[in-house]
Amino acid sequence: MRRRWSGVIRTPLGLTAAVLTVAVLALAVLGPVLWGTGADVIDTDDILAQPSAGHWAGTDNLGRDILFRVLVAARLSVVLALLAVAIAVVAGLLLGCAPFLAGRRLGRLVSAAVNIAVAFPGLLLALFFAVVFGVGATGAVLAIGLAGAPAFARLTQTLVAGVAARDFVAAARVAGVGRLRILFRHVLPNIAEPLVVNATISAGNALLSFAGLSFLGLGVQSPSYDWGRLLYDGIGAIYVNPAAALAPGAAVLLAGLGFNLFGESVAKRLGIGTGPSVAPMARTAPAPEAHTEATPTDVVLDVRDLEVTVPGEAGPVRPVRGVTFQVRRGEAVGIVGESGCGKSLTALAVTCLVGDHGRVDATRLELLGHDLRAPDTAVRRGILGTSLAMVFQDPMTSFNPARRVGGQLAEVATHHQGMTRRAAADRAVDRLAAVRIPDADTRARQYPHEFSGGMRQRAMIGMGLMGTPALIVADEPTTALDVTVQQQVLDLLAAIRAADDVALVLISHDVAVVRDVCDRVMVMYAGRIVEDLPAADLADSARHPYTRALVDAVPDMTTDLSQPLATIPGRPVAPADVPPGCAYAARCPLADARCRAEDPPLTADPDHRVACWHAGEPLPDRQSADQLVESP
Amino acid sequence: MTPTVATPIRTGPLARPWVRFGARRLGRLLVSLWVLVTASFAMIHLIPGDPVRGALGPTAPAELVAARRQALGLDDPILTQYLHYLKGLVTGDLGTSLSSRLPVSDVVAQRLPATLALAVLAFLAAVVVAIPLGVAMGVLTRRGHGRRTELAFTTTSIIVATIPDFLIGVALVYVFGVRLGWLPVAGDDTAAAYVLPVFSLAIGPAAILARIVRVEMVGVLDADFVRTARAKRLPARTVYLGHALPNAVTAALTLSGLLLGAMVAGTVLVENVFAWPGLGSTIVQSILTKDYPVVQAIVLVYGVGVLVVNTVVDVALARLDPRSLIRED
Repeated sequence: MRRRWSGVIRTPLGLTAAVLTVAVLALAVLGPVLWGTGADVIDTDDILAQPSAGHWAGTDNLGRDILFRVLVAARLSVVLALLAVAIAVVAGLLLGCAPFLAGRRLGRLVSAAVNIAVAFPGLLLALFFAVVFGVGATGAVLAIGLAGAPAFARLTQTLVAGVAARDFVAAARVAGVGRLRILFRHVLPNIAEPLVVNATISAGNALLSFAGLSFLGLGVQSPSYDWGRLLYDGIGAIYVNPAAALAPGAAVLLAGLGFNLFGESVAKRLGIGTGPSVAPMARTAPAPEAHTEATPTDVVLDVRDLEVTVPGEAGPVRPVRGVTFQVRRGEAVGIVGESGCGKSLTALAVTCLVGDHGRVDATRLELLGHDLRAPDTAVRRGILGTSLAMVFQDPMTSFNPARRVGGQLAEVATHHQGMTRRAAADRAVDRLAAVRIPDADTRARQYPHEFSGGMRQRAMIGMGLMGTPALIVADEPTTALDVTVQQQVLDLLAAIRAADDVALVLISHDVAVVRDVCDRVMVMYAGRIVEDLPAADLADSARHPYTRALVDAVPDMTTDLSQPLATIPGRPVAPADVPPGCAYAARCPLADARCRAEDPPLTADPDHRVACWHAGEPLPDRQSADQLVESP
Repeated sequence: MTPTVATPIRTGPLARPWVRFGARRLGRLLVSLWVLVTASFAMIHLIPGDPVRGALGPTAPAELVAARRQALGLDDPILTQYLHYLKGLVTGDLGTSLSSRLPVSDVVAQRLPATLALAVLAFLAAVVVAIPLGVAMGVLTRRGHGRRTELAFTTTSIIVATIPDFLIGVALVYVFGVRLGWLPVAGDDTAAAYVLPVFSLAIGPAAILARIVRVEMVGVLDADFVRTARAKRLPARTVYLGHALPNAVTAALTLSGLLLGAMVAGTVLVENVFAWPGLGSTIVQSILTKDYPVVQAIVLVYGVGVLVVNTVVDVALARLDPRSLIRED
């Protein structure tokens, strides 16, 4: 904890705040000692003077030196503020811990009262208490202290509730430890840090509030003076000697900022970590190749040498390392692989959705002959918006929670197809019905949270059908769904494909799903395609050891359930440390020295591409080891 | 994890989330109002010693004190006084000012508009500045962008937000009133007179609000549904303003309710800097002269203002984010 606090002074803001805080505390101790007598020297020949060499901030209406008075006032200002904070903390802790200590009913009453009190601004509470306790320093301390209590109580209550729900508190309770003892032994030590931080911020606020009350004439009364009182005296003479108001104003501001920013810096330091930065990355991708060979007209998606680079902790990493494939009209292509193999990033890259998260390079990236690497224009957006549909993994989070489902579908039509709102809304209802959402008319007017998961995923597909898509890219569309709903969604995708000759790229970690739905399967490993084969050949004719291991890991009706299920030993390669040779070598039973030194290229046979030096060689007996690590 | 059963389409008014939300919210408002009214009633009784003696001073004749106590009903049983107070509130009778002998309701009616104008204008100014600023900053500093901009903006906004409004007011009086002489520094007679008070009241909340909007924006821009919006190939403007903003603004709205509440109270200090003829300068005068009926009434007015604002914000929140309707169930 100490190291984390000391880290605060390493930021410029934190250091400034810490220096200010220490300076204010030192001034509070030393101010009256050093300048106490000077501040009370009355010089009636020199009243309300402008700043001069003798009086740097001028004099007040009795000829007293304002600078000295400001320096001396530090002690009273700081002491009163700290007293007020102490009251706020003690009262807040008592109220905040009450729900934990007292019974349920009393606890609820206390927290309801705190909730009501928190709704009122602190200054209003302070005025209320100032009336009750009377005008003066004592009244003001009580007023500001008690006014700060509800906020502190609420904070304590939240923190206590958070800790109380944890296992070790439950364990202590089961062990019969008394509530008070649990509070002091287990709960308070765990919430001390945020409480101290907030008390520091409160000290700054109390200092400023106190100045406010004194400035209103409700705080410190003459002949005592704090900064607020000096400000109150000075503002009346602001036209005669502005320094009389500005000097105490500046003092209270600096002191308040010091405490406040110190607390904020500590809070930020404790609360928020700094993630890896997305610094500019080196451009190492091959230069775009000239369009020498014409793309066959039935090719919907044409991808060559696709690379995606993202920032990593130790420099840029490349989770997709040169992927080349084509998708023809009406074709269903599956991309399978373990998590981290780059299949989702490939999907985002071919749909131009990588955005700020990384860089996409390719020698060719075309949808229906349109270059997707071209700059974003309204025309391009129109083409993409109507001819490319995307289905994401998590239907719970992929709809905008604040807008009605129908409207979210309709805006595709208003933006890209020039429809009126009315027509677009009708089309949305029509599309929802098309994806078999019952009562589509009513459902369109509902919000996403009123839909079930499967229904939401169907609506997402319906959103893609607002245009006339030539390609649907579905990234793990069934992973977040229940098994019973999964089949509905897959059937729907199949039906759409059959009806309109729409191509489908289905990304999944589930070999069985891909085998059932797709015509062709591409197997990815460590950012590359290692095998690309007809789905029908998957079971018997797979040639890459990795593909064969994936297929073997899928249990079927003939699997001997008395034996442990097959797994692939080892873990997938992290994108940050891909070895020089074949990335799969470390886990491969066939690997030899060549595999470890030289990366096998993907063979050119268009019907069955494979990247392996030992493609099709018989595998030794299966060995069981770690679990297959699947995509989330 | 995923609910498989859809929320049934409800029919009938009582089953509607809005009705339940309204009933619950109304209940909370009524309880808060009762607490407020009781607190303002109790205030005068919590003062140690005799408030009338305190108000009239130690030299006032005993008969006068007794007569005044009689007039205020302070000698009645406490419950009678409480019921009398409640009855007065319902009929709009807030008592009589001890110093001016005017009905308190007249004092409030005369002073309220200036305060209301100040608070509302300042709030609008803060929102109008803060939301575009926060959105722009959120877009500029979204994940992987503008780390220096983020640091500069965050630091500046924290500092600006920490400076109390009355100190900003004093500084503004000095610069624009004393040094430059451009703007009036007292009263509410001209439109120009509004500039400095509104500015001093608005700048802090604007900084806080802009900060929250930025943080929310940055978070929302990373959300899945923003990716969906981009997948629909909507123009950037629509993605930011149509999809991200409504989700970013809910937290800002919750906060702006608190800020408006704080602003209502903030007017007290700012009014005293600028000699603004509103409730804020009146309550301070009344506290100093121990004119308790006026203080009671003004505390009540501020409190009601805060409660109304909070309720309005909750309703607006429910409209913007329909999930909040069922969240508390």
